[in-house]
Amino acid sequence: MDFGFILFSAAAELFSPTTAAYALAALGLAVHFGYSGLLNFGQAGFMAVGAYGFAISTLSFRVPFFVGLLIAVVCSVLFALVLGIPTLRLRADYLAIVTIAAAEIVRYVVTTNQLTSVTGSANGLAAFEGGFYTMNPFPEGTYFGMNNRDFFIRIVGWGLVAVGCVLVWLLMRSPWGRVLKGIREDENAVRSLGKNVYAHKMQSLVIGGIFGALAGMIFTLPRGAVQPANYGTELTFFLWTCLLLGGMATVLGPVIGAMIFWVVLSLTQGVLYGLIESGAVTWLTTVQAGQLRYILVGVALMLLMIFRPQGVFGNKKELAFA
Amino acid sequence: MRRTPRGLPIRRPAGLLKVWGAIASAVVALLLAAAPASQAGTPAPTPPPSNQQFQNSISGFLRDDARRPLEGVKITAKSGDFTGEATSGANGSWRIGVPNQGAWEIELDESTLPEGIKLAEGQANPRNVTFGQTSNLSVIFAFGKGIVVQQQDFGQNLLNRLVAGLSFGLLLALASVGLSLIFGTTGLTNFAHGEMVTLGAVLVFGFSAMNLPFWLAVILALVGGGLLGYVQDAGLWRPLRRRGTGLVPMMIVSIGLALAVRYIIQFFFGGATQQLPFAQSAEIQIGPVSISPNNLWSLIISAVVIALIGVVLLKTRLGKATRAVADNPALAAASGIDVDSVIRIVWITGGVLASLGGILWAYYRPGVTFDMGSQILLLIFAGVTLGGLGTVFGALIGSVIVGIFVELTTVFGLAADLKYVGALFIMIVVLLFRPQGILGRRERVG
Repeated sequence: MDFGFILFSAAAELFSPTTAAYALAALGLAVHFGYSGLLNFGQAGFMAVGAYGFAISTLSFRVPFFVGLLIAVVCSVLFALVLGIPTLRLRADYLAIVTIAAAEIVRYVVTTNQLTSVTGSANGLAAFEGGFYTMNPFPEGTYFGMNNRDFFIRIVGWGLVAVGCVLVWLLMRSPWGRVLKGIREDENAVRSLGKNVYAHKMQSLVIGGIFGALAGMIFTLPRGAVQPANYGTELTFFLWTCLLLGGMATVLGPVIGAMIFWVVLSLTQGVLYGLIESGAVTWLTTVQAGQLRYILVGVALMLLMIFRPQGVFGNKKELAFA
Repeated sequence: MRRTPRGLPIRRPAGLLKVWGAIASAVVALLLAAAPASQAGTPAPTPPPSNQQFQNSISGFLRDDARRPLEGVKITAKSGDFTGEATSGANGSWRIGVPNQGAWEIELDESTLPEGIKLAEGQANPRNVTFGQTSNLSVIFAFGKGIVVQQQDFGQNLLNRLVAGLSFGLLLALASVGLSLIFGTTGLTNFAHGEMVTLGAVLVFGFSAMNLPFWLAVILALVGGGLLGYVQDAGLWRPLRRRGTGLVPMMIVSIGLALAVRYIIQFFFGGATQQLPFAQSAEIQIGPVSISPNNLWSLIISAVVIALIGVVLLKTRLGKATRAVADNPALAAASGIDVDSVIRIVWITGGVLASLGGILWAYYRPGVTFDMGSQILLLIFAGVTLGGLGTVFGALIGSVIVGIFVELTTVFGLAADLKYVGALFIMIVVLLFRPQGILGRRERVG
């Protein structure tokens, strides 16, 4: 078993674009749940809307990169409005059910054979990332062991995460953010102060949703393909695990949570595969080892919620629930 | 937000230990329970001895228009310089192994057909066929008058789908009644309910693979479902209620549980689709409706079980106690009802009903997979929300509406791969106009 290689690939996960995408999407969830108390179980839907909004507008309408980006963001805003209008006046778990249902609707719609010419159905879409990589300012070469494309997407992805973190930090220490936290703690108290709870919740849903859409783009760009199977409910649940790992009402928590999530996944995969290949473990196939990791994710989510709901960095007083 | 029945937040370290121990033991129990299924999952159907050298094959069944098999008919497949040949067996089946996928020319030797049998009109022979995504390509030859493509009239189709939808809706109702009872008595939105559905079907498959008789396998699966419900409540949810854990954290815990259980099932069961015994059956005609016997049985069984649940809830002391707890746990406790034992019974019942629903779902689809429960989880939620969260009869009505709606959308021209979208969409629309659901009360919403 090559521990050096296992550790190296785990460390590589720290800064991979997928981790950046998870961090950004989890940051959106932090805005939703950690700061406003909104139970969004459809973050995968927001990511799908962002990824498909960008891919379809690039491929079907041949728009330039930034127009595609804009379309993706506008789509996610519309998606947030559609979700928010019926549910934000209702109890928290209604939003949970509606968001998870809406995310699945998005997935079914992009999977259907009826729209193959637009969405590519189950095979998804590919070759839409050209516009992004032509903006690459780095000439060809090796940067920290990566080629210029990999380096560029990491810079952009983590740059976005950094900007997102600063934005959330600024927003949450503003009066607007205080109202959001107030809504999380006691909606009626905030309402009695004359604040428009519904509008604030909606704004929070939209902002977190935009984070999700951008995360969806960061998620697909390095792959050069977008496939509906990636945007199932599991993705949302993994994002929740990241969020709860780091701490839900913190700015850096979701980012660190995403890093921990991927490093631990990579480590367990490396160690398990190593044990299987060296013959130390015979009761496990490599496929089963992959499943074992997700069992661990599920158990970790339960234990986190039960024993340390504030996460690694969180403050127990700042929980969206008592 | 409503708190759990035992709302007092007493922090007890012993309780914490219990939770952890219970999770561990639940995982172990599941591993043990699911173990037989894995052994059963491995043997693949062995291909006939000839043609084994090729991975790809072209195959089919030859039957005349009275569905009698045609034996000894010669069929050749040609592509480039390769020619494969097969003769249909006693059951009319033929199979030609071919070295590559792609386009093939298939020819049926009409001189080898039994006397009086000839190809139906319009049946191209020889004909050109192309492989799709799979390694097997089936080619159908029709004989005699051939299969007349029935111009199914709209009314007939509507009626058939309506009955199928009723059958589907009732099996959804089995699962949603349990979910709704659990929500009503404990306030928990249980995302792990889909896994309880899966477990029923997986257990039947596992026990059947151990060569137990079918009826015993079903009974054991139902017992297993009830056991999972009991273990979940005793080991996880009751300690959490004791701690005074809020409803939202419990909901997230249930998501973690759902993930863990789903992948535990996949760990042992594998990712393949398996079939339960008697899964294939020809449709039969009852009056104007054509329905498969499995669907008919499913309809009858779920209707009877749901009627039973209704009688128990309305007529017995236990049912009254359950409704009292659902209505107001504190008041129920004050009037001498043992809230914890009612909740325990609700969990056990919910588990049994969910696994029964899972078995019927495995026949309805048909097939058993590790994620079959999570596929209908949202439809179950849709049914429960449509009927009114926490109301048992609402869940029943909501599920039947969802089931019928799912089936009817295909009649009215929605693509089959979008049929769940309609149901989920209608749920969102209903929330817009009547958030408390059909039978729900206004106060539960806000």
